Amino acid sequence: MSAPLLAVEGLVTSFPGRGAERIAVVDRVDLAIAAGETLALVGESGCGKSMTALSIVSLVPKPGRVDAGSVRLAGRELRGLPVDAMRRVRGAEIAMIFQEPATSLNPVQRVGAQVAEAVRLHERVSRGEALRRALALFESVGIPDPDARLGAYPHQLSGGLKQRVMIAIALAARPKLLVADEPTTALDVTVQAQILELLRRLAGETGASVLLITHDLGVVNELADRVAVMYAGRVVEEGTREAVLGAPRHPYTQGLLRAMPARAAAGERLYEIPGAVPAADAWPPGCRFAERCAIAQDVCRAREPERTPLAGGGGVRCHAVAAAR
Amino acid sequence: MLAYLLRRLAWGAVTVVGVLLFLFWLFFLYADPQDVARRALGEKAPPEAVAQWLANHGYDKPAVWNPAAPLDTRLADHLRRMLTFDFGKSDADDTPIAARLADGIGPTLSVTVPLLLLGLPLAVSLALLVAFFRETYIDRAGVVLSVLAMSVSILIYILGGQFLLGKVLRWFPISGFDPDPGVVLRFLALPVLVGLVSHLGSDVRFYRAVFLEESNRDYVRTARAKGASDARVMARHVLPNALIPVLTNVSLAIPFLFTGSLLLESFFGIPGLGSITVEAIHANDFATLRVMVYLGALLFVAAQVLTDVAYTLVDPRVRLG
Repeated sequence: MSAPLLAVEGLVTSFPGRGAERIAVVDRVDLAIAAGETLALVGESGCGKSMTALSIVSLVPKPGRVDAGSVRLAGRELRGLPVDAMRRVRGAEIAMIFQEPATSLNPVQRVGAQVAEAVRLHERVSRGEALRRALALFESVGIPDPDARLGAYPHQLSGGLKQRVMIAIALAARPKLLVADEPTTALDVTVQAQILELLRRLAGETGASVLLITHDLGVVNELADRVAVMYAGRVVEEGTREAVLGAPRHPYTQGLLRAMPARAAAGERLYEIPGAVPAADAWPPGCRFAERCAIAQDVCRAREPERTPLAGGGGVRCHAVAAAR
Repeated sequence: MLAYLLRRLAWGAVTVVGVLLFLFWLFFLYADPQDVARRALGEKAPPEAVAQWLANHGYDKPAVWNPAAPLDTRLADHLRRMLTFDFGKSDADDTPIAARLADGIGPTLSVTVPLLLLGLPLAVSLALLVAFFRETYIDRAGVVLSVLAMSVSILIYILGGQFLLGKVLRWFPISGFDPDPGVVLRFLALPVLVGLVSHLGSDVRFYRAVFLEESNRDYVRTARAKGASDARVMARHVLPNALIPVLTNVSLAIPFLFTGSLLLESFFGIPGLGSITVEAIHANDFATLRVMVYLGALLFVAAQVLTDVAYTLVDPRVRLG
């Protein structure tokens, strides 16, 4: 892979714990996304996926904070950027789509104005011109009757339309990277498919890279070029979609795939990974997946596994894989 | 919306009639007219004078039931006077109550209107500032100061202000009022200042909580992700969404806009409706007291209905119906 559009290295984001110590909910995370590529970041709830995304754009809610690491966009370091410079990156270079379209739009502002605001925050254009751009964006995200919908308030739109408005806002300033945090989770199944198709089409048209955060491996299969699997704040496996979904090496990834309803035969009881992601202040010292892992050895509980590079550019953090080589 | 307003007004009318009936019970049935007359005329007044006074003020009529003339009762008189705003004479000195109200409303408004017009923007902007710096020492200091300020009795502010700014520093008159436009501001400055300070703590604390709650909403994160600055997020997104609780808080103050502050007016010698109310209490002037309570109830109901209408203006989701 050539120089990536986004390169995240050693990212650590923490929240205050019970005492004086801070708990890293994102722990030494490395990610790379090439221009035009879609990287899916997958894992169960509470794995730190969303916090990773918010850390990239410096929007970690207080009292959380990014402690270490580097975030480079097209070679430019974003960490430590002055507040106003970072503000100009958000929206213009990295745009975001969130999980809950119902609450993610300002309820007392017309949706056209919300799209126009996104335009005018980054380009010196008149109000009228910004609204014309909003209209064009509404057309490109497939909002029917876009002229009338510009003047609608969010509560007058369906969930799918609201998410299309969110996408229009995200695309308003022609970003290089689109961060989509569970963009279809809150939507009906039929609408999910439409939104995924829209994201795929728009990413192709604009050439934007996409960081797609999801727990739905079906969505990953639809959209992703590459996949990174997160567990308990760490990236445990990453690689191409074919490698990670076709030949998963980490027991956690294997468990996630086995738990997919689409892969189960009729009448068969669905597989589930035993236990749940431990709370961030109770992450074990060795491999964080050890206590839920069927093949865990003593070494897994004692020492954290190093990243083992895999053929095809991927990697995995698992003692069992390392020992087999 | 019209149907809703009519329904709201009907309920308001029920509330006002309830207040009127309560006033009737309190001032005509619970309070003995003989006592009222004795207090007005003095203990040694001859029985004929008492009887004459009772007749003059309508206290001699049957309370609720008069077989001879059904509408010639104290209850009917009371309701008719209130509903037609024909308030009659004071129980204390026989002056027409309407004339006293007309004299008092000017001084009252000259205190309460500046209080609202200065106090609301001041409290809202301080609260925005404190909320903007949430989780910092500015925020914590703001909260501590607010709680301190709201914990001090208004009497302390009044007496402290009169002593420090009036007596020691001699910036303002200690009390008094003169409607002459040339000097009236000198007399109003101290009561308005004391009123501002005494309300500021609880208002800032309330508005801060409102703004902080809004700041944590998802659409605020969206606005920041768009690239809006923190100040713009506060002014364009948080503030418009926080207007409903702000309006609710302001609407509660509207009745007092007209009835005035009892303590401020009486301590600063401002001859407004608040002072009139306090004097009426001291003088057993029940006729005036009834009117003040009734007007307060009317204003309260009217403010509620107006607030409902205002909600529809600030929040497109609110539909009255």
